[in-house]
Amino acid sequence: MATAEPLLDVRDLRVSFRVFRGTLSVLDGVTLAVRPGERVGLIGETGCGKTTTLRAIMRILPREARVGGGQVLFAGRDVLSMNAGDLSAFRRKGASLVFQDPTAALNPVFTVGQLLDEVIKYSQGRAMPAKERRAVAAAALRDVALPDPARILNSYPFQLSGGMRQRVCIAMAIGVNRELILADEPGTSLDVTIQDQILRLISDLVAKRNVAVVLVTHSLGVVRETTDRVYVMYAGSIVESAPVKELFRAPLHPYTVALLECIPKLSGERISQGIPGSMPDYLHPPRGCRYQPRCPRAEEGCAAGRPPMREVAPGHSVACYRVAAQGGEDR
Amino acid sequence: MNQPVLEVRELKKHFPIRKNVAVRAVDGVSFELREGEILGLVGESGSGKSTVAYTVVGMYRPTAGQVIFRGEDVSREAARRNLGQKGQMQIVFQDPGSSLNPRRTVRQILRLPLMIHGLAKTESEKEEKAVDLLRRVELPEEYLDKYPSGMGGGERQLVAIARALATSPSLIIFDEPTSALDVSVQAKVINRLVELHRRLNLSYLFITHDLSLMRNVSSRVAIMYLGVICEVAETKAFFTAPRHPYTHMLLSSIPVVSDLEEELKPRKVPSVGEIPSPVNIPRGCRFHPRCPEAVQQCREAEPQLRPVAGGTHLVACHRALPD
Repeated sequence: MATAEPLLDVRDLRVSFRVFRGTLSVLDGVTLAVRPGERVGLIGETGCGKTTTLRAIMRILPREARVGGGQVLFAGRDVLSMNAGDLSAFRRKGASLVFQDPTAALNPVFTVGQLLDEVIKYSQGRAMPAKERRAVAAAALRDVALPDPARILNSYPFQLSGGMRQRVCIAMAIGVNRELILADEPGTSLDVTIQDQILRLISDLVAKRNVAVVLVTHSLGVVRETTDRVYVMYAGSIVESAPVKELFRAPLHPYTVALLECIPKLSGERISQGIPGSMPDYLHPPRGCRYQPRCPRAEEGCAAGRPPMREVAPGHSVACYRVAAQGGEDR
Repeated sequence: MNQPVLEVRELKKHFPIRKNVAVRAVDGVSFELREGEILGLVGESGSGKSTVAYTVVGMYRPTAGQVIFRGEDVSREAARRNLGQKGQMQIVFQDPGSSLNPRRTVRQILRLPLMIHGLAKTESEKEEKAVDLLRRVELPEEYLDKYPSGMGGGERQLVAIARALATSPSLIIFDEPTSALDVSVQAKVINRLVELHRRLNLSYLFITHDLSLMRNVSSRVAIMYLGVICEVAETKAFFTAPRHPYTHMLLSSIPVVSDLEEELKPRKVPSVGEIPSPVNIPRGCRFHPRCPEAVQQCREAEPQLRPVAGGTHLVACHRALPD
């Protein structure tokens, strides 16, 4: 699997937003790769650019956003330079996005059957007869473990619970055999027992259909239990990436370490005092490493230039001058 | 033994929606909060935990049951409680973005309770007290001139906490105070809360859906499900030897970050189903439709809270699980 060509290969992606006060450079060179059938986690706190990354991949950024550079290669082709026809094929068959809030993602004036039918029609072309489309829709609902598909197809979103709505959203994403699912905090607005069900569902689907998943979340626990590899994002770029076990056993970037210490643990260890300071202002981001003003290990050199991602162990990369230096001594 | 700070007895709060149909949000809850304790009230959305808080603090009038605060019966809405009782019991809400007036400065926000409760007469006294309140939550004096919109979520919540401290309460109710915050900010706020609790000898009723947080903060934990409490225990016993099948399901659903924690989770109880509507509460045990242990008895009779393991651990289950 390690040698497989990536299905999704995001290279040095830069996105900025033009606002009244100036230009916010939100994505500052995001690089990440997803292999076929792989479950990848993208974690970070509010405002670090996780959702912007997903939106840039799907090319559904808001109007005031500008892609300032980089590539989004899907199966070797750059999504950012696709023409309208190819882009629509990419969204029909290639990748799909599941949003955080299933209530806002489902149009309230259509039934679940109509919503699913729309997706199936769009991806299959008009050739498929209505009856067959309905069967595909019912099968998709069964795949996401929704009981009584016939009743649910005729229900409006408001007649379903939050967990059921999220299952419908996932059914819309997987109903038509796509290769990649981007899930933006799919369990965050749900209770833990429901979140647990949704995450298990996503994992099962990945295993059964060999689709790849990018799971965006701010919960380290969710990432640990449902993904194979993790990217940690801070203020618009990836600061660490590692196989999930390795990241939790031996986190290296000072931000990852601090974040892990903030999490309340079932084992009852005292939580840390939090991370001093706050997420930088994208209008005037700090020089050099963007974490440097909050970092307990920062030195003069950290403000001088942007630390590049460096592989310090097989599959484990870190963007930090201090870690790279220490890693060299250790090994 | 000391008299409890707060005693809630068979509390019910029903919201009528049609003739003879009501949302039974809180449906017979009893617990007591001891002096200096942090009691965690945990539950999923729709379990009625916030309704308990709002009824205790007097935002709602109870449908039935009693709220006894320091020996006085305060089972009525806040408008009919006296000023002293109101000052002694304060609440902090989940979202400081909507609980702080966006058009008032922090100074105005902090002065309001001082004025209402007649705690500061002169201008200089008000100013001094407002600065002191900010200092207690470790915010610099400059924040007095800020508006809520000019602060981060964590700082806003600290202002809301400072406001709650203005009347020198002995009981503070926190309704999901950090759920809207990132973990790095949550850690800051939680540490200040624990520090204040220790220094000012306060009692907390802490409402949350985050069990891992309760492990770190509370002295006792109560779990709510569909309007009733199904298990209460000292924090340590609660996490090491939970008895109720619902507690098992909740604990095993928590995504954790270390192998050590993984070992502490009960054997995997796959979560199934969802919390039913509080309009149609299942007969018998409220949890039976989702419970892997349910037997005929559970479908017929509603279990009552009863002591197990020495008396401080209470469980409402016919089939309370062994350790």
